[in-house]
Amino acid sequence: MDAGTALTGAPTGAPRATTPGWPFAFRQFRFWLTDYRRTWRGSIYSSLLNPLLFLSAMGLGLGSMIDKHGTARLGGVSYLVFLAPGLLAATAMQTGVGEATYPVFGSVKWNKTYQAASATPLRPADIFHGHLLFVTMRLAMNCGMFLAVAAALGAVSSPMVLLALPVAVLTGLAFVAPIEAWAVTRTTDTSFAMIFRFGLIPLFLFSGIFFPITQLPVWLRPVAYATPLWHGVALCRALALGTATPGASLLHVVYLLAVAAAGVFAGQRTYRRRLYV
Amino acid sequence: MPDDSPLIRARGLVKRFGTFTAVDGIDFELRRGEAFGFLGPNGAGKSSTMRMIGCVSPPTAGELTILGLDSVRDGAAIRARLGVVPQEDTLDVELTVRENLYVYGRYFGLPRAVISERAAALLDFVQLADRAGDQVEPLSGGMKRRLTIARSLINAPDILLLDEPTTGLDPQARHVVWDRLFRLKRQGVTLVLTTHYMDEAEQLCDRLVVMDGGRIAAQGTPRGLIGEYSTPEVLELRFDPADHDAAADKLTAVPATRREVLADRILLYVPDGDATLAQVRALGLDPLTSLVRRSTLEDVFLRLTGRQLGE
Ligand SMILES: Nc1ncnc2c1ncn2[C@@H]1O[C@H](COP(=O)(O)OP(=O)(O)O)[C@@H](O)[C@H]1O
Ligand SMILES: [Mg+2]
Repeated sequence: MDAGTALTGAPTGAPRATTPGWPFAFRQFRFWLTDYRRTWRGSIYSSLLNPLLFLSAMGLGLGSMIDKHGTARLGGVSYLVFLAPGLLAATAMQTGVGEATYPVFGSVKWNKTYQAASATPLRPADIFHGHLLFVTMRLAMNCGMFLAVAAALGAVSSPMVLLALPVAVLTGLAFVAPIEAWAVTRTTDTSFAMIFRFGLIPLFLFSGIFFPITQLPVWLRPVAYATPLWHGVALCRALALGTATPGASLLHVVYLLAVAAAGVFAGQRTYRRRLYV
Repeated sequence: MPDDSPLIRARGLVKRFGTFTAVDGIDFELRRGEAFGFLGPNGAGKSSTMRMIGCVSPPTAGELTILGLDSVRDGAAIRARLGVVPQEDTLDVELTVRENLYVYGRYFGLPRAVISERAAALLDFVQLADRAGDQVEPLSGGMKRRLTIARSLINAPDILLLDEPTTGLDPQARHVVWDRLFRLKRQGVTLVLTTHYMDEAEQLCDRLVVMDGGRIAAQGTPRGLIGEYSTPEVLELRFDPADHDAAADKLTAVPATRREVLADRILLYVPDGDATLAQVRALGLDPLTSLVRRSTLEDVFLRLTGRQLGE
């Protein structure tokens, strides 16, 4: 074939305008998979190393001291078992925010792969959804690896903990969708460091991962209740320890879904505004 | 769609950014198989127009029909049949040359086998076959441009859009790109390109519009525009800067269709440059250099806007 016959040839089998969005989003998902092929090895090492470090230092090290003082406030389980579901939710948040900031900003600002994609049949919403699909996969991978490490360290008391996996992924998405919606509007990357410093670290420390938030001053508790992370931590823990009740579980899920859905709604608009100038 | 209907039809097309009007009500039509150009200086509104044609920039007002479809409502279907070379490269520099074509082919929903076959042919065509497995990052500007052209052809587009295809390239790299574009044109590919190089426009375009300040100043074939807006020949005179103004005054005595006094040169638009040069010397003027040349699109632009293209 020479380039000319390719060019003047028959129709390209291209989709119609009426084709629904998901096949298009899947094409963008495939792009991210190609991109990930370059970095997956390193990402897997850190996904295994992080839980190993945290669970052994905090869970085993600190935990052995805490367990001596009685575990009643922890619901009668060892500190390690108490900690693991909380860290699972935090892992999802950490992974999600990492994927939702620099990769999104870089795609529109540095490498301009988003602009490249928007010159094809893909629409801005497809480009957004495609990345959400990819991040969902990354969340599931990292949370799965977290659970494997936790199980190996004896931090898992029952197979019920598997129910916590989708909840952790949903917790991650409650961060990912709104942050992506915002990240794509940025013209500099200066605010991302602020998110990590003043957003993630306080959330990490005060969302009931390391201690029940009943230990917080009363005035601070509503702040924790408002953050998606606390809902994720509370539900992951309840599922892992077998203490979940239908009412509270539903409330947590609805809250997380609502935050994620609001982010998706916003992102469909901000992606369009950024890519269609 | 009957074959003689225009592939692109714009009527009263406007693009505003806030209160600033970048494209100020332009009309044009593109026919199948032609190479159509937008010639204009920086800021003329060329890229804004190309982005509207590329269906990634909704027009503020006016009508824009591409391949018989509405540019806003049917954007995805139109883009499926366009090839786009944007002004700024959007290659994924972390992937290899071949991976860039694969990723792009998949965006168009092409099966793997089709992409493989086309990628091989296209890399040959843009003379990058030997770099197929290399990362894009270290490639030269000209190679990246050629890869972008190959990428834009992966979906066998009906129309190829090229926004300043050779800006920023050194002369040798430009000629390689021109050669490839010329071959595409010979193969009957419909091209739309923007440029601020008059030689690029003259060589590649069957028909072009001269754009300035968001408006179309004139349109026609390169020859036609030169015939209409300039004289067959131009006499370029350069004087010692100290004598420049006095010489310009004296030259009003020499008959010419038009004269342009630029900062460093004086241009006389005449039917016969050598005859005019003799008249200049007869006046006792002694230019440092003199050049008789044929009119170009640069002269057309100067006539239409009072400015030079490069300014
Ligand atoms: N996104 C934008 N926001 C504001 N102004 C813009 C934007 N894009 C282009 N412009 C302005 O519109 C004018 C035309 O720009 P452009 O179409 O890029 O011209 P050209 O491609 O002919 O150099 C310029 O003055 C430019 O500054
Ligand atoms: Mg431009």
